[in-house]
Amino acid sequence: MTNHKRFVVTGVALTALAAVAACSGGGGDTKTATQSGSAAEPVTINVHTFGGGENFGYDEAVKKWNAEHPNIQIKYQNLTDRFEDVYLPQLLQRLQAGAGAGDVVGIDEGAMGLMAARPQFFADLSQYGLDSRKADFPASKWEAGLNTDGKLFALGTDMGGMTMCYRKDLFEKAGLPTDREEVGKLWPDWNAFFETGKKFEAAKTGAKFMDGPNTIYNVILFQEAPKNGNLAYFDKSNQLIVEKNPAVKTSFDWVQKFSQAGLTAKLQAWSPAWDKAIKGGGFATMGCPSWMLGVIEGKAGESNKGNWDVAAVPGGSGNWGGSWLAVPKQSKHPKEAAEVLNYLTGKDGHVAAFKEAGAFPSSIPAQQDPEVSGLKNAYFNDAPTGQIFAASVANLQPVFFGEKHAQVKTAVEKVLEGMDQGAVKYDEAWTKFVEAGVKAAG
Amino acid sequence: MTLQLAPPRQGPPSQAPPPGRWGRFDLKGVPYLLVSPYYVLFAIFGVFPLAYTLWLSLHDWELAGDKTFTGLDNYVKLVTDASFWNAVINTLGMFALATVPQLVLALMLANALNKRLKGRLLLRLGVLLPLVTSVVAVAVIFSQLYSRDYGLFNWILSWFGVEPIVWQNEKWSSWLAISTMVDWRWTGYNAIILLAAMQTIPRDLYEAAALDGASARRQFWQITVPMLRPTLVFVVFISTIGGMTLFAEPVMFEGNPMMTGGTTGQYQTVAMFIVKEAFRDFDMGYAAAAAWLLFVLILVGTMINYGFTRRIRGAR
Repeated sequence: MTNHKRFVVTGVALTALAAVAACSGGGGDTKTATQSGSAAEPVTINVHTFGGGENFGYDEAVKKWNAEHPNIQIKYQNLTDRFEDVYLPQLLQRLQAGAGAGDVVGIDEGAMGLMAARPQFFADLSQYGLDSRKADFPASKWEAGLNTDGKLFALGTDMGGMTMCYRKDLFEKAGLPTDREEVGKLWPDWNAFFETGKKFEAAKTGAKFMDGPNTIYNVILFQEAPKNGNLAYFDKSNQLIVEKNPAVKTSFDWVQKFSQAGLTAKLQAWSPAWDKAIKGGGFATMGCPSWMLGVIEGKAGESNKGNWDVAAVPGGSGNWGGSWLAVPKQSKHPKEAAEVLNYLTGKDGHVAAFKEAGAFPSSIPAQQDPEVSGLKNAYFNDAPTGQIFAASVANLQPVFFGEKHAQVKTAVEKVLEGMDQGAVKYDEAWTKFVEAGVKAAG
Repeated sequence: MTLQLAPPRQGPPSQAPPPGRWGRFDLKGVPYLLVSPYYVLFAIFGVFPLAYTLWLSLHDWELAGDKTFTGLDNYVKLVTDASFWNAVINTLGMFALATVPQLVLALMLANALNKRLKGRLLLRLGVLLPLVTSVVAVAVIFSQLYSRDYGLFNWILSWFGVEPIVWQNEKWSSWLAISTMVDWRWTGYNAIILLAAMQTIPRDLYEAAALDGASARRQFWQITVPMLRPTLVFVVFISTIGGMTLFAEPVMFEGNPMMTGGTTGQYQTVAMFIVKEAFRDFDMGYAAAAAWLLFVLILVGTMINYGFTRRIRGAR
């Protein structure tokens, strides 16, 4: 960062010289006198995360830590709300460059396979005693944090217990029940959800029943994957199984059915139009892993408080999403970074993040904490989210992610969007879907 | 001419260059130092990336992963990659769709502004205004205008009973939308350059032509256009390079910038293809090869257009 400042202040000719000087300093390393890192001096630990709305929800946790640890100050930055296309490439570039990554970095589940295959970039957390935390996590969460060298490189933050978020005001308009218990009873399975959707459409509220293809697709995929060997797009030897895995086909078929029946608002998740519709009531339901609550709250804003509510998801439990924290090897203070990581992935960190962003803890002690199990979400009509999510993660199964999971996911979801919006014909969609997956994995 | 301009090398120090090392440096070194900033910057930001890209394109390298030398493999893969050619076709298509009307419009606009009009300065500044706005702002506004649900264009079409068009969904509609963004921004720019050139054409040529009974239309084709040839060549060059590297407009039009250019690559340009390969699929070597092919493509495109514009003569 110091080099960057120099760039700005000096004139054109000097800029060139400064750039040359910076380059000759051994691969752009930013060692300066102020960062000698001796234990007596206060150190700053940069924590970099991503995520929309309330993101990781670390504001309160960081405040608390900083007040108690004058010598290790956390500088917490949520770099972007977009993981796949902004955060991930940036992180990889910084890892490659050997500078610029945070001391503690957040990683989304979609990229865990990719990161596990790059052990050269991450510190071994067992060096700092964090292997003692094994009992705190469900096996799947723990195992995903081991890299291809078998070393512990990341610890879990949240996990995605699944629910269905819905617009209370729109349900009322459509003459459907609005109480979350009754709403949950409307759809014990996806067939019932489909029928409810048709009823909703028939009421002509001006809004659509669902947002678009991808949120529902992911919810169903992560319900189906455990029934099919806990696999999604890749098997455990990293071979693509998009075409062979019944979980993928079932999820695809459901989305096609919803789309053909005209139940979707044909919106791309994470697009500006989607944001607008979340805020303006363009659709009535959305598949909601726990972290999505924070996204909705952030995007819908104060004015929609009480309009959104949370009910049980059709088809039982499932896990979509969740993140991990890791310490890049390039960190100047790996020991202190590991301490911070330990805190944020510990019970206190998990509880604070759940309260702030609705990110449901993956750590078992935090899940059992009365503050979590008893928590109500004020934004969602005081929904007992602690209870709802605890129920939804009770029998959770791990899902395996291949190294190119993120690329394949993006490619096949594009086809789903195309099908929903009419660019891809329904009868050609599956072929195109498989083709896109094969290409992205190749 | 036996006038000796330079002082003898071995002679006693004359008064012109100060003695010592500094003197020699002052004479021989300083000029190089003074021109060096450009060349140093160009070496760092121009030559080095170019060479590095070439070197990279000969490797199979995943970002932050292993790098292996594979020779021309990436190029071989690329020329048989249907999605690369899809991107090339999109780029050329949007280039043609945007640039041809843009240059004709710019020429007409420049010709109009060259006449004696009231508030000429204001009008001339006016055509430059779109250029000042950020390309992102332009794309955001246009994307709203072209949006499916509340877009202005679909609203207007609805007066005539046309069903809302999902502009992103088809090649023709997305190309059209993106081309209008490009035109809105660059027509004025080209018009101003052409206008500047028009003003250097001597007035008496037109007067003489008028005396001979040439119509305004004939004057335009037989005097203005031929005299503008060097400027037209420049404008066409700039537009070609701009058109071939089209990036920001289609990316913003997509809304969700995964660089796929629509759900099936309807409007993915070569520049988007490169970014997608490099930063979505992390295949840096492949992206580098695509970047070099784009470079070649631009060279060829510019040559062809140069050939066209060279033919402009007063032949009508």
